[in-house]
Amino acid sequence: MKNKNPLNRRGGLIQRLALAPYTLWAVLFIVVPLFFVGYYAFTDGQFHFTTKNITDIFTTTSRIKDGDGFKEIHTYLVIFGRSLKLAVISTAICLLLGYPFAYIIARSSARTQSILITIIMIPMWMNFLIRTYAWMTILQDTGLLLNGLRLLGLNMDNVHITGTETAVVIGMVYDYFPYMILPIYSIMAKMDIKLLEAASDLGCNGFGVLRRVIFPLSLPGVISGVIMVLIPSISTFYISKMLGNGLTTMIGDVIESQYQTNPHFSSALAFILMVVLLVAMALMQRYANKRAAA
Amino acid sequence: MNKIIELKNITKAFDGEVVLDNINLDIYDNEFLTLLGPSGCGKTTTLRIIGGFETADVGDVIFLGERINNVPPYKRNVNTVFQRYALFPHLNVFENVAFPLREKRVPKAEINERVNEMLKLVALSGFEKRSVNSLSGGQQQRVAIARALVSKPKVLLLDEPLAALDLKLRKDMQQELKKIQKATGITFVFVTHDQEEALSMSDTVVVMSEGRIQQIGTPVDIYNEPTNAFVADFIGESNILDGVMLRDKKVSFAGHVFDCVDFGFEPKEPVDVVVRPEDVDIVPEEKGMLKGVVTSVTFLGVHYEIIVDINGFKWMIQTTDFWDVDEHIGLYIEPDAIHIMKKSEYSGMFGDYSSFSMELDEIGELEQENLEELGELTEQDEPEAAESERSE
Repeated sequence: MKNKNPLNRRGGLIQRLALAPYTLWAVLFIVVPLFFVGYYAFTDGQFHFTTKNITDIFTTTSRIKDGDGFKEIHTYLVIFGRSLKLAVISTAICLLLGYPFAYIIARSSARTQSILITIIMIPMWMNFLIRTYAWMTILQDTGLLLNGLRLLGLNMDNVHITGTETAVVIGMVYDYFPYMILPIYSIMAKMDIKLLEAASDLGCNGFGVLRRVIFPLSLPGVISGVIMVLIPSISTFYISKMLGNGLTTMIGDVIESQYQTNPHFSSALAFILMVVLLVAMALMQRYANKRAAA
Repeated sequence: MNKIIELKNITKAFDGEVVLDNINLDIYDNEFLTLLGPSGCGKTTTLRIIGGFETADVGDVIFLGERINNVPPYKRNVNTVFQRYALFPHLNVFENVAFPLREKRVPKAEINERVNEMLKLVALSGFEKRSVNSLSGGQQQRVAIARALVSKPKVLLLDEPLAALDLKLRKDMQQELKKIQKATGITFVFVTHDQEEALSMSDTVVVMSEGRIQQIGTPVDIYNEPTNAFVADFIGESNILDGVMLRDKKVSFAGHVFDCVDFGFEPKEPVDVVVRPEDVDIVPEEKGMLKGVVTSVTFLGVHYEIIVDINGFKWMIQTTDFWDVDEHIGLYIEPDAIHIMKKSEYSGMFGDYSSFSMELDEIGELEQENLEELGELTEQDEPEAAESERSE
């Protein structure tokens, strides 16, 4: 029998009307821009089809000083590699710091939980640029940290933090830390305490309970945390400019600066980055599904 | 029989509210012991103290002669079947059961053997690879039992394990649990609020109320010889009346003097008298020791449950003969159908069966009856209401 209720019918009129604003939004602000990224990536200045932008990414080389001589490097592959390395390091640090912290929050009293979560969120209320500037004043050669250490009588003249990859990692960890904690915390807070008691009853000590029950059950939270930190940090820009003094250029910076002169090449970079991220996410999701099925 | 667990003077309070008040209990080898009581009576807390999930404020838990108050759960040779089973959702049936063995690093071949043996015991062979989420409630229950038994504990603790199952399944599982207990020889400590379940499965029943043990005994003892009005009311149906012990084997209640089999009370001592509804014989009015009018009849299949008004006190009587409402009948009570109890703090709390009949009848009656009846009615409702409000 045909279902006359428009609400129950897939694609019914009411449902379609209700979805219209969101569909419109998605088309205007997601599909159309993505299309243009792809269109620009595969066209030249006269909007003729070309794959040159893409091949340039893999072939462009530059000479850099290497000891006494020079060596040829693949400019953009090196930058891609550096972005990936720094993003993975930042994500790993976020996970190592965030996981135990999320666990501690989830196991504390309701009042403490809301206080700790608020503390985690407060930096997110401030502008990202301002947060980065704050780290500049802390980390630079005459900044709070090094001057503080000098006050303790240490010789800091040969120590530089800004302008190194360490500074960029510090900035990214600080910025993306909440995105790691929140998904892990929300899964842990919902975890059935009886499962932990059962594990303890069945012979697990505290570490055993963590290893055999809490960690496997919190894995979906870990995976969303990793995705939410890895993706913005791989494409991050500005942090490396401010904290890396331009010496640790990342792919996000290149896309941004290239866009001013050659939007087609910049789009090709963005396109490749997107493909890399999609593949990474798909792999992670497959791993998660495998774990869930096992 | 060997004592396995002794609870000595256990007292426990949560936020200043005493939930266990001086509990003393011995649990023996190879025994099926049931902690029975309404919600909030402290039975689950007692179980959690034995399991190691709670620590007593006062008193000792002795396991095979050793004080284990501060031994954590994973070092106790005791396993628990949790109320909602608490199966690990990320592991399949086999791995759930193998969980404790893997922790102990038991060799692989032995794990296979022992898990399969357990799954056979609970009739789940062939379910090894199934996800626990795809199982029915009864099957999940069996996995939980297998998992708790696989490391051969001395004692198995079961926290209302059948509460979530439907009636038919519950009856089957009761039989099966009893069978498993016999087959394994492991001591079972079973928590329930269902008195039928307790009577049908247990070797020993421990009746608890308000954090105190009311009575410990075999199911037959508990039913036939309740120590006080609480136990008499909680286990089965009972007519509880005020009486006076005239001398040994003579008791007066409901305006009549009866022969009974109890003795050892003071002369003229006020007592609580229990008469079970199935122990009353119905006779023609003129031959009855007590005379009354039938006020309601409920057909229950095996028998009728009738409410009889005798001088304003409503008795419940179970009979296989049909008696219609408004019929005048006589009651005959054999001496051994009468059980005499000392007065206790629970005396007078349970009243008669006036609120038992259909509500509409009562409302109609209320308009005519005096305020005394009203007082009695509200009092009657109390134990049940309190039961549902309290939570453990």
